[in-house]
Amino acid sequence: MMLIECPVCKEKRPELEFRYAGEAHIARPEDPDALSDQEWAKYLFIRSNPRGTHFERWVHAHGCAKFFNAVRDTVTDKFVMTYKCGEARPSPEQIAERQS
Amino acid sequence: MRYSVRSLFANALSGHKNWPEQWPDATPKKSYDVIIVGAGGHGLGAAYYLASKYGVTNVAVIEKGWLGGGNTGRNTTIIRSNYLYDESARLYDHAVDLWDGLSQELNYNVMFSKRGVLMLAHNVHDVQSFQRHIHANRLNGVDNQWLTPEQSKEFCPPLDISSQKRYPVMGGALQKRAGVARHDSVAWGYARAAAQLGVDIIQNCAVTGIKRDANGAVEGVETEKGFIAAKKIGVSAAGNSSIIMNMAGLDFPLESYPLQALVSEPVKPIFPCVVMSNSVHAYISQSDKGELVIGAGTDQYLSYSQRGALHIIEHTLAAICEIFPIFKRMRMLRSWGGAVDVTPDRSCILGKTPVQGLYVNCGWGTGGFKATPGAADLLAYTIAKDEPHPINAPFTLERFTTGRLIDEAAAAAVAH
Repeated sequence: MMLIECPVCKEKRPELEFRYAGEAHIARPEDPDALSDQEWAKYLFIRSNPRGTHFERWVHAHGCAKFFNAVRDTVTDKFVMTYKCGEARPSPEQIAERQS
Repeated sequence: MRYSVRSLFANALSGHKNWPEQWPDATPKKSYDVIIVGAGGHGLGAAYYLASKYGVTNVAVIEKGWLGGGNTGRNTTIIRSNYLYDESARLYDHAVDLWDGLSQELNYNVMFSKRGVLMLAHNVHDVQSFQRHIHANRLNGVDNQWLTPEQSKEFCPPLDISSQKRYPVMGGALQKRAGVARHDSVAWGYARAAAQLGVDIIQNCAVTGIKRDANGAVEGVETEKGFIAAKKIGVSAAGNSSIIMNMAGLDFPLESYPLQALVSEPVKPIFPCVVMSNSVHAYISQSDKGELVIGAGTDQYLSYSQRGALHIIEHTLAAICEIFPIFKRMRMLRSWGGAVDVTPDRSCILGKTPVQGLYVNCGWGTGGFKATPGAADLLAYTIAKDEPHPINAPFTLERFTTGRLIDEAAAAAVAH
């Protein structure tokens, strides 16, 4: 089982306390009516599904109940870092620095 | 060489030392008519049907690891076709039709055993939804019948049907034509039969790129062993499908999750069928070697690691012990995981893509093994004719744009 650091509680807790909540940084379109079918399908269904660095949302369901974002490697399952909702997506340099 | 009682006897006399290799490990030619990416059951089967049914023998199957080493060798071997929607019923029943007689066709024993799949109902909602499934299935010509708790116990004696349980058995839906097959044999049988028809099987050769011409049509694949040309490419790469599609510039509605399974120590025959329980989430059968084969649910997060967390297995075993207290002291032998590619509506994507000459068979999620011969045949048909067969025509990539989903997520008769 993975240990996940909640950026709100600032504690490493077992995965059982958390729920995965899909890919991060997918913004709901400002004006859904203006979207074409392709754009709407992209928003609803298309995901990056990368081998490697993945930006994803988790919720500390059995803790503070807050959503937060995480950077994780999907090949090793290792968490690189977690950060609060609303904070900017970490740059490749920041991620590389954490991984080294 | 054809396998028969005679060849078995002749080789027994020479101490089984002179059996010919089942398929040669091919070195890639410069070009092929068709390249299949992924040497699992689906990919090898597609190559076999291209050669045997559709007259295309200049075919290569390219595999980054070893043959049958992905999800083909990692599943719980369950075969059934009791899906709710018309499109799915036709698709999976086509596969079950082909499972019948597959051993004879391939001259290779895939050990397809129609021992029946029993899906247990534990509450009123289960009872109602299973009975709806049974009626829908029977209208589609798919066998499925309702069993009372007593009939379920008679069909599967280790079952505990006492009413004092947290999750009492309130009945079950039985598909008699369903069952299990030996998963490795399926890959090996297709590989041997395809190789005999002239198909090249190239292992340990990862695809690193897909080359396209000025009009966007495919020209071939870049691999670890160099460029291989082909005007038609079929991708059947399970958990890695979206990575391959990205190489052709296509974004796919797929996410890859770990799915785990485990087996117990081998014991004498005790478990005559396959039992699935959605409410407590357990899948169980007994292999011919005697191991109990147990399937777990997916882990919650996206991963290519081909391993999952122990608490998922613990949860599954708790469910097994709840339904079958007789197995409480059984020891587990090994567990493993695979990466399964899941679509938003839990139905596969099988057909043409927006890129000319590129065909795809992916998105089988947690249930691809049962479809192996059907998916293989339909992928081969689609590649050979450059148009989908009526059975796989609804399973397009475009359905995610048009909204014409085949939403088995709620209806697939399994818990997600």
